[in-house]
Amino acid sequence: MKLPISWIKEFAPVQASAREIAEALINAGLEVEGIETLGAGVTGTLVIGRVLEIEELTEFKKPIRWCQVDLGTQIRGIVCGATNFAVGDFVVVAEPGVTLPGDFTITSRETYGHVSDGMICSEREMGLGQDHAGIMILEGVTPGQNANELLGIGEEILDIAVTPDRGYALSIRGVAREVATAFEVEFRDPAISWSPDLVAPSIGFEPHDCVIDDFSACELLTLRTIHGFNPDAPTPRYMVARLQACGIRSISLAVDITNYVMMELGQPTHAFDLAKLNGPLRVRRASPGEKLETLDHVVRNLSPLDSVIADSSGPIGLAGTMGGLTTEIDEFTTGIALEAAFFPASTVAGNSRRHKISSEASRRFERGIDREIAPIASARACALLIEHGGGSYAGMCAVESPMSDNVIEFDLELPTRTAGMVIDHETVIDKLEAIGANYARTDSQFIAVTPPSWRPDLTQPADLVEEVVRLVGYEKLPSTLPTAPAGRGLTQEQRLRRRIGNLLAGRGMHEIRAYPFIGATDFDAMRFPANDSRRKSPTLVNPLSELAPQMRSTLLPGMLSIAMRNVGRGENDLALFELGSVFLGEAASGGFDPGVETRPTELIWKQMQSALPTQPEHLGVVMSGALESAGVWGSPRIATWRDSIDAVLVVANELGVNVEVRTGSDPSFHPGRCAEMVLADTLKVVGFAGELHPTVVEHWNLPKRSCAAEVDLSALLKAAVTSATAPVFSNSPVAKEDLAFVVDRACPVAEVQACIRAAGGELLESVRLFDVYEGDQIPPSHKSLAFALRFRGEGQTLSPQELQNLRTQIVTAVAEQVGGTLR
Amino acid sequence: MAPVMLRRVLTDSLLRFWRLRLSAPNKSFDPKQVSALNADSVDEMVAGALLAFSAAVDLDSLKVARLEHFGDRSPIALANREIGALPPAAKAEVGKRIGEAKARIKDVLELREIELTQIRDNEVLLSEKVDVSVPVDRVKRGARHPLTTLMERLSDVFIAMGYEIAEGPELELEWANFDALNFPKDHPARLMQDTFFVESPDSGVVLRTHTSPIQVRAMLERDLPIYVVAPGRVFRTDELDATHTPVFHQIEGLAVDLGLTMADLRGTLNHLAHVMFGPEIDIRWRPSFFPFTEPSAEVDLRCFVCLGNSNTTECRACGGEGWIEWGGCGMVNPKVLRAVGIDPEVYSGFAFGMGIERTLMFRSGVADMRDMVEGDIRFTAAFGMEA
Repeated sequence: MKLPISWIKEFAPVQASAREIAEALINAGLEVEGIETLGAGVTGTLVIGRVLEIEELTEFKKPIRWCQVDLGTQIRGIVCGATNFAVGDFVVVAEPGVTLPGDFTITSRETYGHVSDGMICSEREMGLGQDHAGIMILEGVTPGQNANELLGIGEEILDIAVTPDRGYALSIRGVAREVATAFEVEFRDPAISWSPDLVAPSIGFEPHDCVIDDFSACELLTLRTIHGFNPDAPTPRYMVARLQACGIRSISLAVDITNYVMMELGQPTHAFDLAKLNGPLRVRRASPGEKLETLDHVVRNLSPLDSVIADSSGPIGLAGTMGGLTTEIDEFTTGIALEAAFFPASTVAGNSRRHKISSEASRRFERGIDREIAPIASARACALLIEHGGGSYAGMCAVESPMSDNVIEFDLELPTRTAGMVIDHETVIDKLEAIGANYARTDSQFIAVTPPSWRPDLTQPADLVEEVVRLVGYEKLPSTLPTAPAGRGLTQEQRLRRRIGNLLAGRGMHEIRAYPFIGATDFDAMRFPANDSRRKSPTLVNPLSELAPQMRSTLLPGMLSIAMRNVGRGENDLALFELGSVFLGEAASGGFDPGVETRPTELIWKQMQSALPTQPEHLGVVMSGALESAGVWGSPRIATWRDSIDAVLVVANELGVNVEVRTGSDPSFHPGRCAEMVLADTLKVVGFAGELHPTVVEHWNLPKRSCAAEVDLSALLKAAVTSATAPVFSNSPVAKEDLAFVVDRACPVAEVQACIRAAGGELLESVRLFDVYEGDQIPPSHKSLAFALRFRGEGQTLSPQELQNLRTQIVTAVAEQVGGTLR
Repeated sequence: MAPVMLRRVLTDSLLRFWRLRLSAPNKSFDPKQVSALNADSVDEMVAGALLAFSAAVDLDSLKVARLEHFGDRSPIALANREIGALPPAAKAEVGKRIGEAKARIKDVLELREIELTQIRDNEVLLSEKVDVSVPVDRVKRGARHPLTTLMERLSDVFIAMGYEIAEGPELELEWANFDALNFPKDHPARLMQDTFFVESPDSGVVLRTHTSPIQVRAMLERDLPIYVVAPGRVFRTDELDATHTPVFHQIEGLAVDLGLTMADLRGTLNHLAHVMFGPEIDIRWRPSFFPFTEPSAEVDLRCFVCLGNSNTTECRACGGEGWIEWGGCGMVNPKVLRAVGIDPEVYSGFAFGMGIERTLMFRSGVADMRDMVEGDIRFTAAFGMEA
């Protein structure tokens, strides 16, 4: 919101500079986003001129005018390229010597065959706005007048962002109050100096009638009537300038005055064309099926929740939000019904949300306006209408519901207790008075505080504490450190998560954090069949992209996109990992609303949570190109399916979880190179690893044979050992034995190995595959698996006979269970 | 010299007598058993050792020669053992001879060892010189995402103060994200949050717009007093550009205890700022509004480019203000405490929240938000294992 400093100073007579005022407002909790100067860059005095003569010069490509302009003391000849003015119009002239924004100094110069002795200015040329459609035409001015003053050039303007609790600060009055408090000067509150009986009704007229049908939609409704208004009356120059400084365009006198009063006092008002009203004005809820065409020419289907202003023809305005087209004032309007009301914040917020309208009025009502200002604001507006547009005042009709008492029992010690520094009672009372609150003492420590009518946000003692402490000054707060109870540090899962990150990064991988949005294109690219449960993930009502309206059920598409981006930027060798949530299933509809007055019961809290989709954490791995690049040591080592499986296994090992690798199948992976990762204890499948399917690799433009893995990290973390048990081991000599078995090519190594391990029993310390051979030496469709075995006795050296027995046991088991023969 | 001397001193008869006494019981001695002790034999041993040592070309072959000629099973060592079997009269003589022989061998061995060590150090090792500047980075260097490590770093500051890390889901109940935090329905503050809603529209589930719902969860699920921080990912419907991202990260802090004050909150954030940015980086508070805290404040950091001394010159980091916006904080609103069943008459609390991306931008001079989002490994590589 933009506020001219001079306007603020009308109510808060301070000497301070704009910068000092901005500083004080920041400390008071208003966010000053900047200070602008109107017409910044204009040096010298612009003057008002009256166009005496216009000669159209037609010999040029574009229209050019040679004008004689009366500047009061002299007449200047000026060449002008604009055509939006006529003889007799008042314009702004920059005489030679004046500098305009952009360091453009005006000189007398020969152009288009004439000596142009100055310039007729447009808004933009003076740095007043963006309007460059034509030159600026003024009314009600005289030639030779100082235009800088009329246009407010040099005026400093504060740009303030107002937080939702400070509705009152959306007005000059509200900000001026903060300025007055900060600089400890008198605040000339217009709501006190101006009376609701500002204008006396003319005799013989009746005000138009108004009614509130639903007091929950409107607590106070005033309607003042004016007859005989001159629709052609111009808006006074100062008002146009101020509105312009606030960023509001001048439209017509009546509209400008409603805007002006809204800026001044924070009360939105609406001017209806009296002639277009049918019967009493009423505030009510809309009926089903009712429609309203608002001022923005949108026909709106009203909801029974909408609060509307209506007459006997139906709704004529969306309460506190936007007026209707049928009763709009126009260039023939001579009768005005000026409505000023108090609409509760929630009703306007509802209107505004349902119809997606954010207007100057709705912004103020939503944040809460002064409950008592409506009659004063409408009196002020009527006075201005009559002053500048003539007419007779016909009086006011007003309806009001009783005001609810807002009295806060306040402990004068509370500010001290909350702040952690002593704020004595006197200061507390002083600050509460400064914000306009009234109080009554109940005893030495307690007072009953009635917050001012413009502070609907003050409803509890803590709200008053903030007012007191911010006015005392946050910078005065001391700095102390509370002592937390002895903590337990990170949980095991938190510790492990960090270790996994460090582990994988330590193995040369890069952590990424992809956006968790996904869509059908991704599922298709991942080759998920139509019935794949991963296609059914929670969907956003308002996604950023229609291509990715769902929450990810798998990390891989996001990771592959990032891999693709890296490849596109010239990095083909990638090893990426991500730790992040995936989202499974759908959100259950119609969750419980336990309200906020008390704690939800355990049962309800549990039920509420059941509405949430499952959100396990996954670990994703994507590898492409070389893991080890070519170098003096030799050729590059290209990432293969083995490496993606190993990435999962090292993580499992880090967690102390026994994960088995089995032949798996997943549509996104190479059908012959996909492993299923299984928790050994529960046989639960926790994920897949291997080489990606060529179609998937092609879709993301990755190097051929790129690999990936994705596992349910939550399941792994849950299975992690909490504390390792120390092993008992023998120091007897080790006996080594290498055995090679010929098995069917399809027989998984893991099975053979498991078989050897089981047959070897406890004396078999370790078994490790060291070679796989396929070729002429063995039968076709077979492979030879060579294992290195280590045996160790408990407490004594194994005898040759014992070793021979173990060997026989193993060979027999392999033969019986997997059909392997000793090579 | 010593072997020559020995030969003169010892007579055959003496030797014969010693032989009689040595190596075994006197009854049945074999003269050959002690032949090793005669002067010639000892001379041979010494000569053999010296020859072997001088023939050793490097320390490894010297080691072999040493074992052969001066080790536990070497002739001289065996001879030395025989001395004990000699008659007392002969012991001194022969012992001297053997001792001198050993000393001689040892001296030569040591000299040769020094020689060969010098040769190794000065010639062999030098000849083995490599170009150590040859690239050795066979295994590529990995990196963690700086947002992750920064969240860990921030968390650790609080862990050290006794806090614990609380967690919550990213798809969150609207009740926890808004209602319980005193965002009334239709309130502008709620609408300002640019929320992603989840199908169906009445599901009551949203993508959390801040980490603050974790406060609600912590207060519902933990025993008092509560001291927790909650780093996490949050979502708002902003388009990605240099300064905005729809998916970003925050760290939330919450303490609920007896008698907590705004001064405690200020001290806590001051400590955090000093640990993260250095002792000269103070914080400033500006009054502000958050529905879930009352009183509320915006937290600014002293600009670490100009340290607030840029009144005359424009600072590109803070625009001459001397302060940079960091986060928000305040005392937990009594309405929030009531919604989770904590009596605000007895307990008070404070809460704060900071943007992780923003913090990383300050700390590491990240100029464009997109760098943190795009996953370009050149970006992560620069951070390695800690932000």
